[in-house]
Amino acid sequence: MKKIDLVIIGGGPAGMSAAISAYNNGVKDILILERAEELGGILQQCIHNGFGLHKFKEELTGPEYAWRYEQQIKQRNIPYMLNTMVTKITKDKKITAVNSTEGIFEIQAKAIILAMGCRERSKGALNIPGFRPAGIFSAGTAQKYVNIKGYLPGKEIVILGSGDIGLIMARRMTLEGAKVKAVCEIMPYSGGLARNIQQCLNDFNIPLKLSHTVVEIHGKERLTGVTIAKVDENRKPIMETKEYIPCDTLLLSVGLIPENDLSRETGIELDPSTQGAIVDQNRQTSIDGIFACGNVLHVHDLVDYVSDEAEIAGKAAANYLNQKAENNIHISIKTDGKIRYTVPQRFTGTQKTTLYFRTADVYENAVIHVRDGEKIIHSQKKRKLLPAEMETITLSEEIIKNVSSNSLLVELEVVKNA
Amino acid sequence: MLKNLTCIVCPMGCNLEIEIDDKNNKSIKKVSGNQCKRGENYAKSEIICPTRTLTTTILTNDGRLLPVKTDKPIPKDFMFECMKKINGQTVSLPINVGDVIIENIANTGANIVATKNMR
Amino acid sequence: MYDVAIIGAGVVGCMIARELSKYQLSVCVLEKEADVATGATRANSGIVHAGFDAKEGTLKAKLNVQGSKMMPKVCEDLGVNYINNGSLVIGFNEKDLKEIVTLYNRGKINGVEKLEILNQEQLRNLEPNISKKAIGALYAPTGAIVCPYELAISAMGNAMDNGIQLKLNFHVEKMERKNDTYYIFSNTETVSAKYVINAAGVYSDYVANLVGDNSFYIKPRKGEYMLLDKTCGNIVSHTIFRTPTEKGKGILVSPTVDGNIILGPTSVDAEDKSDNSTSYEGFQKIMKEVGENVENIPLNKVITSFCGLRATGSTGDFIINMKNKFVNVAGIESPGLSAAPAIAQYVVELLKNDSLKPEEKADFNPKRKSMHFFKKLSVEEKNKLIRKNPSYGKIVCRCEMVTEGEIIDAIHTNPKATTVDGVKIRTRSGMGRCQGGFCSPSVVEILARELNTSVLNITKSGGNSNILVCRTKGGELN
Repeated sequence: MKKIDLVIIGGGPAGMSAAISAYNNGVKDILILERAEELGGILQQCIHNGFGLHKFKEELTGPEYAWRYEQQIKQRNIPYMLNTMVTKITKDKKITAVNSTEGIFEIQAKAIILAMGCRERSKGALNIPGFRPAGIFSAGTAQKYVNIKGYLPGKEIVILGSGDIGLIMARRMTLEGAKVKAVCEIMPYSGGLARNIQQCLNDFNIPLKLSHTVVEIHGKERLTGVTIAKVDENRKPIMETKEYIPCDTLLLSVGLIPENDLSRETGIELDPSTQGAIVDQNRQTSIDGIFACGNVLHVHDLVDYVSDEAEIAGKAAANYLNQKAENNIHISIKTDGKIRYTVPQRFTGTQKTTLYFRTADVYENAVIHVRDGEKIIHSQKKRKLLPAEMETITLSEEIIKNVSSNSLLVELEVVKNA
Repeated sequence: MLKNLTCIVCPMGCNLEIEIDDKNNKSIKKVSGNQCKRGENYAKSEIICPTRTLTTTILTNDGRLLPVKTDKPIPKDFMFECMKKINGQTVSLPINVGDVIIENIANTGANIVATKNMR
Repeated sequence: MYDVAIIGAGVVGCMIARELSKYQLSVCVLEKEADVATGATRANSGIVHAGFDAKEGTLKAKLNVQGSKMMPKVCEDLGVNYINNGSLVIGFNEKDLKEIVTLYNRGKINGVEKLEILNQEQLRNLEPNISKKAIGALYAPTGAIVCPYELAISAMGNAMDNGIQLKLNFHVEKMERKNDTYYIFSNTETVSAKYVINAAGVYSDYVANLVGDNSFYIKPRKGEYMLLDKTCGNIVSHTIFRTPTEKGKGILVSPTVDGNIILGPTSVDAEDKSDNSTSYEGFQKIMKEVGENVENIPLNKVITSFCGLRATGSTGDFIINMKNKFVNVAGIESPGLSAAPAIAQYVVELLKNDSLKPEEKADFNPKRKSMHFFKKLSVEEKNKLIRKNPSYGKIVCRCEMVTEGEIIDAIHTNPKATTVDGVKIRTRSGMGRCQGGFCSPSVVEILARELNTSVLNITKSGGNSNILVCRTKGGELN
């Protein structure tokens, strides 16, 4: 059985950044295990730009962003295995993996960083009545067909979900010759970035139908159309508003779910709000020496933040391996419901930490408070908060050192609700 | 004539209202709704000559796809023409990130460059 | 010319084919779709019923009990998963308890073994998540679960290994009988046979009409289902029924052999014989009723839903008869799956009692390598296989851990898969929680490569159900 100090599961932006950070902090015995035939993860099929604005002050495409990290991996000669799928991780960090050349093999790791990314929510979870024809794809699968394999999944498209992946695919399909007839969004606001609404929908006169959903699927062998309808305040379809749209393709951009099958089976504690692991400021999970970062921890909208988060995990794994880890406090972080979740969910040390969070609704001119019992220990004004855009609030070392209770509350004060 | 735009310069996403001369749709009379000067500048460029970076793929000589982009923004109205030109060509491998695939595409002054290494 | 032509490759047609393949007969199976098991066999509860439900004295009762007894050996020979998990019919009031006693007595008359009536405490000990309002139950330890299309595919594969021919995409348009021979016409082909077995499911009345037999009709009845994620797998371990009504056995909650939980079916008359669409009303009904039977069902863990069409015969019982060497095997609704092995034997007996006196094949092999053989291997055995054939080391479907080697097997093993759904029902690739989001591009590519055709020709389930429309860049490369 192989013995490796640090094994990183996933060679996408999170895994690569974590590996580089661990290396830079003294760990040399690293192995990245990646299931695809190249590093880069989902970035390889994200051929559009908008990545790296924060990290590199440039607007890079997905593959370019991935290359920035791949170069660093190669420069440091950090080992990685491609076409390798991890099938099991035990509590004592024994990893089982499989590929075509080694077969099924085991690795005993001293530390593990989980960086498996996320998957798309599927049609089956939506309970849309109708038949089961060909022509229904999740947006990411369609993206893979178009950008990697080189095939158009259809010519007349309806997209359900106005998250960024749906918007990006609206543009991509249009540029490659398809006609996107509508993007339906069940919420009264779009789930994607404003720039994508402009550049992916408005530029091509693709209608965005807010508060609408697909209520029926037509076509037995191949999709022939969808029926859409407006929804009420409870997101229930109003059948009198039904409208039929002929189309041969339905793309679903209805949510991403962190890929934690492995983590669940290992017995790592998961947070139902993020569907990812519960971690401390070092991104360490409920099992010492197992860390998580990137989309497997919580779904990000900016890969720049993924890289930042992975750097934290990489450094923390290095400290753990060098036995420099200090877990001397236990403060849990709760939210008020207007804030849907924070990552990390707890503090085990007092170093300066940035909390990443998402709100449950749209808020303008709000203030985020961090409460220690009755006392507000930190506040930050936020001009506009959207569920679709991850936000941050940073707590200094001094603030954390002075926390008296064992639980903090992050809450949002509404100055004006949108 | 009034045109509405969402500003994309910063996350505020201000709703811009732009009054355009009825006789000349590239002549702006007034911009409102912006909370800063950058929004006004964005509105002006969007009306007078909106530009976009085009990202797409090009066929390689071994049947795979190479992701590419324009190395600077091109006028929005040229996007489909550029797509046509790119789709009509194949590129020989090996290719490195940044290699110019098509120079001065459609006379826009922008080059089509590779965004990935492929061999 | 064939000795026997079987029309319909559902579980009944497949089991009859297997039964006939034991004899020195030339047999072919004609199936209108692009794969076997596409009708009711694809979308049903997968229950091997104990046999207390069908009315005493009916063919349903007799063949159910017989079939249920035969099933373990059939599954063992074919390498099909079979779990003897037991069934419970739960009651909430005095009327239900009376019905349970009726079922108990009927079961005894039908020959069902080990039946027991449980009180509330015994019921809750067996199934802690049963509704607290349930006051008693009929317990049938001989009830079991099986994957219906796995059974059909395996039976057909075994039949083909033993010499049966399968013709897919053969839609019977016309039939004639001349000189003791049946001529069966599709749009492109003609098959002739001495005997014809009509196992055409919801279309068996259509097929019977083609030879002038108008003695019965089939009313299609929809049964909608919802499937829960494997993480819900241990909510119940038995198959949970309510007391039945005239519309049928009602909505059940059951584990599947693969570890999911299946909810359903509803029972609603279908508009036509091809209307297997799901509906809001169906979802609502299922969610409401299962919640009444079992507590804490996580309905937010639904991973897919689907609908099957029951072939409800106008006589109320199975319609199995022979006239002029034309055998009807019609109206096979529940307990059709359970009865399938017995139906096959019964039909072959009909043929033998006619003039057909076939000799048995000396080299008949009842066994087929399990569809799941790879999953059952030890790590050492898997590695040995991977060294010989590296495609077994490449996992394509992450959710169900399906390797490329298994997908290739599905494409090259009788009955061979030619569609994405065909690969799915043979390997489970695409049946996990991401429902093919990750694996389907690879499955499409593997199919195209193995079938030596363009990716553009790969379909979901035959016909016009192509997955992809064209290349993205001008020109058709491949």
